[in-house]
Amino acid sequence: MTTTDTAPPGVEDREPDEPREQGSSGDPKGWQFNSPLVLTMLLLAGVVLQDPLRGALSAPVMQSWMTVFVAVMVQALPFLVLGVLLSAVIAVFVPPSFFARALPRKPALAVPVAGMAGAVLPGCECASVPVAGALVRRGVTPAAALAFLLSAPAINPIVLTATAVAFPGEPRMVLARFVASLLVACAMGWLWQRLGRTDWLRPPDRPSSEGLGKGAAFWGSVRHDVMHAGGFLVVGAMVAATLKAVVPADWLGHAAGNPVVSVLVLAVLAVLLSICSEADAFVAGSLTQFSLTARLAFLVVGPMIDLKLFAMQTATFGRGFALRFAPATFTLAVLVSSLVGAVLL
Amino acid sequence: MNRQAQAAVLLLTGGAILHTGLTDLYLRYVKAGLRPLLLAAGVVLIATAVATVWYDYRGVRAESVTGTEPGTESVTGVESGAVTGTGPHTHREPRVAWLLVLPLLALVLVAPPALGSYSAMRTGTALQEQPWGFEDLPPGNTVRLSLVDYAGRAAYDHGRSLEDRRIRTAGLVAVGDDGTPYLVRMALSCCAADAQPVKIGLTGRTPPVLRPDTWLEVTGTYTAKRTRDPVNDGIIPFLAVTEAKPVSAPRDPYDESWNG
Repeated sequence: MTTTDTAPPGVEDREPDEPREQGSSGDPKGWQFNSPLVLTMLLLAGVVLQDPLRGALSAPVMQSWMTVFVAVMVQALPFLVLGVLLSAVIAVFVPPSFFARALPRKPALAVPVAGMAGAVLPGCECASVPVAGALVRRGVTPAAALAFLLSAPAINPIVLTATAVAFPGEPRMVLARFVASLLVACAMGWLWQRLGRTDWLRPPDRPSSEGLGKGAAFWGSVRHDVMHAGGFLVVGAMVAATLKAVVPADWLGHAAGNPVVSVLVLAVLAVLLSICSEADAFVAGSLTQFSLTARLAFLVVGPMIDLKLFAMQTATFGRGFALRFAPATFTLAVLVSSLVGAVLL
Repeated sequence: MNRQAQAAVLLLTGGAILHTGLTDLYLRYVKAGLRPLLLAAGVVLIATAVATVWYDYRGVRAESVTGTEPGTESVTGVESGAVTGTGPHTHREPRVAWLLVLPLLALVLVAPPALGSYSAMRTGTALQEQPWGFEDLPPGNTVRLSLVDYAGRAAYDHGRSLEDRRIRTAGLVAVGDDGTPYLVRMALSCCAADAQPVKIGLTGRTPPVLRPDTWLEVTGTYTAKRTRDPVNDGIIPFLAVTEAKPVSAPRDPYDESWNG
């Protein structure tokens, strides 16, 4: 990722010192990394350098970059918090036996059930990643949790309503989005069940909550997930802001003519723009020079895989998983939405 | 980042979100309907910060009661008695969390403005045909219409529903590459990342000096003149201006009529 240069200066190079603060006591050699101190210095530097910073950021490109960056963060944080709270509830208060009873025992059947269950999580993709992570840790078969992860942001009532509003006079678009998204989610679940290996799923270490009271475990889980997924959200927001502010929009027009190219272009655009699934229908609605099938691909791919989601999936399930899962999801989503588009639209 | 620093970042982020939600600042970035969620998220973040400090404090106290040495390391964030192991297996707090300082600084110190003419001229006009037709105009000689409403009536209804009346509308000024003055309203459906412009061209008695990104209230009549947006080939209708005066930006800089 291209983020190291924008990371807070003077932090990266001191990272190796970090573990020392955590446990091993009494190792007085050299400078001790002290995060509250560094944080204070960072914030102070920001306040002191306020005016030069503003001056440097007053160019229109930088301003619109900052606006989009802050907007993506402000928009996504409430949904991230919602997802993190749900995931903490699942992790602390819902016993694993509940899922064993709620889901069919056979994974092949559990996948479509979990996919349909995605319809009840009223949020966008930022909420579904931490929830799916908590489901896996709670013993839900990964295939079912992944089907939930993919379907939840695309087929919930809020998103489908937004789609209906954004495509007036095209009610088939709502149906096509629902069918295609659910198909891809289930197909990915079954694919994982056949080909997936558990050692790809390597969620990063989490603080163990054993031995803690329920309250401590709950808030510990919320804190960890907000800080962790939130950090990756920043990465995604920076990339999306860069694309929105820097890449010119008129090259899109050239691609609209060819039916195959237009599907691919809009699918890639969905990945790059990383728009919230509750809003992407309106953007798709305005891409009027493209065919309905191409716009369906935009709507199916976007909630399942985009830059922001890729960063968050890496955070929740590990890099080995995200690197395999993302391309497979993308390919399958493009194929299925082309097929569904050909049949329904 | 250790727990104390995390608590500080959570507290500051929660405070910043609350601040944006309680003032009109949030309208620069997201739709108005997101406000309750923003406030709730701010409260949860602050509660998380308080809980982190509280359980750390209790952990330290518990350790000192059970006789563990309450050294400086415990104060600066041991896993309050829940360290999973020692040495290399100790859980490392997420390092990527440091990036959360960036949006915090951007929001608190810079508070970037709402999207303006730069984004508007780079993005194609998002004017869309409304299948359910246009309502009759309210009575009166001069009618106040939103820019998006005027553009729709002018482009897709060829001004028929405008009935030769004087139209008053407002938007921000943008100037095209060829010097054509445009009046723009950014329309938004969720957050500024999906904001798209609706543009009308100004003709007739336009002010001699137009500064991009200033807000202008114009009065004028429908004209059949129209052009195509060079970015996406969309229709840009014109307004024949008879009167123009600078106004301050509205409370919500974005047009949210698409949100229903």
